Amino acid sequence: MLPDVKVFSLLSIGRHPQSGRARRAEQDARAVELGLTLVGRDLNLVHAGSAQQDDSVLRQYAGMGLPALTLLEQEENADILPSLAKFLQNNQAGIVLMGVRAESGESSGMLPYLLAEKLGWPIVSRIADIVDIKEGVADVLLALPRGQRRAVQVALPFIATLDNAASAPRQTAYGSGLRAKIEVVSSESTVDDLTLNWQVSPAKPRPKRMKVVKAKTAADRFKAATAKLAGGGGQVLKEGTPAEKAQAIFDLLLEEKVIR
Amino acid sequence: MTDSFPQILRRDPRAEWIARNRLHPLHDSVMAANGAEVRGPSGLLRKNPHVIGFIGPNGIKRIDRANTSSGLMAGKKRSSTTQDVELPLHQVIDPTGYIVVVPDMVGGRLTTHDKDILGLGHSLIKEYADNMAVVAVCFGESKETQFELAGVDRLIHLSSAEYEGFSPEARLAALQHIHQIYQPKHWLFPDSINGGTDLASRLSARIGERAAAQAWQVSIAQTVCRGASASLDIKRETPRILMLLEECGNAINETRHEVLPLTLDRFEMTDTRIEDNGLVDVDPNAVPLAEAEFILSAGNGIHNWEQFHACAKALGATEGASRVAVDDGFMPRARQVGASGTWVTAQVYLAVGISGAIQHMQGIGQCDKVIAINTDAGCDMVKRADLAVIGDSEEVLQALMALANERKGVLLDDALPKEENHVA
Ligand SMILES: Cc1cc2nc3c(=O)[nH]c(=O)nc-3n(C[C@H](O)[C@H](O)[C@H](O)COP(=O)(O)OP(=O)(O)OC[C@H]3O[C@@H](n4cnc5c(N)ncnc54)[C@H](O)[C@@H]3O)c2cc1C
Repeated sequence: MLPDVKVFSLLSIGRHPQSGRARRAEQDARAVELGLTLVGRDLNLVHAGSAQQDDSVLRQYAGMGLPALTLLEQEENADILPSLAKFLQNNQAGIVLMGVRAESGESSGMLPYLLAEKLGWPIVSRIADIVDIKEGVADVLLALPRGQRRAVQVALPFIATLDNAASAPRQTAYGSGLRAKIEVVSSESTVDDLTLNWQVSPAKPRPKRMKVVKAKTAADRFKAATAKLAGGGGQVLKEGTPAEKAQAIFDLLLEEKVIR
Repeated sequence: MTDSFPQILRRDPRAEWIARNRLHPLHDSVMAANGAEVRGPSGLLRKNPHVIGFIGPNGIKRIDRANTSSGLMAGKKRSSTTQDVELPLHQVIDPTGYIVVVPDMVGGRLTTHDKDILGLGHSLIKEYADNMAVVAVCFGESKETQFELAGVDRLIHLSSAEYEGFSPEARLAALQHIHQIYQPKHWLFPDSINGGTDLASRLSARIGERAAAQAWQVSIAQTVCRGASASLDIKRETPRILMLLEECGNAINETRHEVLPLTLDRFEMTDTRIEDNGLVDVDPNAVPLAEAEFILSAGNGIHNWEQFHACAKALGATEGASRVAVDDGFMPRARQVGASGTWVTAQVYLAVGISGAIQHMQGIGQCDKVIAINTDAGCDMVKRADLAVIGDSEEVLQALMALANERKGVLLDDALPKEENHVA
């Protein structure tokens, strides 16, 4: 049974890492995928941006199986936060899904946090899945580094950003994407004037840090260049029964918290 | 004066020159003063082998047959034990401002990323030419013992229960409180998946300061950040909150710092709407080997493979192997650790029956703690290990498995009543 919440997935225009061409952004597509598994075709897709631009990328999202999407019309270089917040509030959104960082523009990853702050909702970042929704509370799985997962309960309504560990997006169908209806909602634009005096240039390769040997004498330098990695300070247990030795290892594992 | 620097050899070039020149009028008196040359009754040169020579810097006795340095060296034996030099203490008295760093503290210790950022904090202070202090804010349990060497002038350690685990709301409340009291000049966060980015973004949204994300070149006036999935460089004014990429600054390594505790008075916690239900068990073998946190690795010293797999399961460890174990067909190629396998980054690497060939060691260079189980106390893996156990792998693994199962049993017994509540 589908839960009775309104789920919104926010869309952005992605950027292919090699060619630089516009594409379906990876994490946003995952947000659509998760939305589709949660509520199926009741999912709402929203993009805030200019109505003049080429809409082929937006149609790729719709081609994942949705009949329509909403476009909040904004000028170029506008701060989309106020109009998005207003739109979500007016539409009684329950769960808002999006990527962690945009693939183009400043990509600071601040939008979800600013939205959450403005709406006064909780935010969980880098989720892998939403397991269950009942009685106004969602069971969410967070993706942690090293492939770990954490279970978290969040009160609705909330905002969630998707990690790359979330399930991969389905294929998009070109034809049904073309047939999807794009509802343009005109909204007020606020110009983001802080960005105006930024200097933007193609990324320079960063210098790699070199290994610096801090040796005062030639002998020390020689040693640093030739010596094998001798751990030195390690503890060696030779005596004792296997049980005692195992206990020593086990204590270290517990101390490092790799055994729970 | 000379006694305070026992390490420094003071040479007297003139005396050495006279010692080399046997025709010099003062030659006899200089050599007699050093006692390096004694003539026997028949006029033969006598050398006392116990007196000549000196201990070189690496502890080996050297005999200087050319006699080039005999000048005033005798009697001043160079000790081979290098004393640990005490680094100079960097003190900040009555700071006029603060730069606050919130390190990730993965596993309770400062990461290299954290240390770079602490170093960056100090270089910013140097640029300001002001009497400011670098404050580190640590949440939860800390195992770090070297705060003073990493450049922490002041430490705020919040270790109470509400900051444990996943607690972004409580941590945000604490940071907000620190912001009000100390009015930091800058907030520096690691831009990392270990929580730094999340916390920085929350703080930035809460106090309404526009942060710079993915910053990698920071001076007090300008910051360069990556944008558009690292394809652009954005140059902008340095904001108050910075999320910094790795290698954004140089870690402190030439000073000691005070690590004075700063206290926070009590403040009101906001109600939390995110509840942490703890870590979820994941299949350790589904985690990519390169990312795994805890690896149990098998080498040629494993003879009972069934037991090895059972032990990995009981411990919840990801399985790894040396090349020999793979070549012999006991483990799949994807599990091979080392130069021609996977370079792993585990926090704990438990090597069972692995001798520690250099090709294998290269693969575990980034591991934090290495534990070895081996029958040979002299092998390289034992030398590298933080804890080495000398004994037969089968017996030790058996005992280890028993311990793991015992603990699981205890935990299960504890958890049983709760489990029922969940089901109901
Ligand atoms: C080009 C090249 C690339 C290579 N790349 C890799 C690589 O990527 N990864 C890799 O691992 N190797 C690699 N090797 C191989 C490497 O040189 C070693 O041969 C290999 O690592 C040795 O594996 P081992 O330690 O398991 O075996 P051994 O060297 O045979 O060590 C077995 C150890 O087990 C101990 N032992 C024996 N019986 C017991 C027992 N009952 N209980 C406890 N301990 C016991 C022994 O004391 C010994 O220390 C490479 C070699 C070459 C030439």
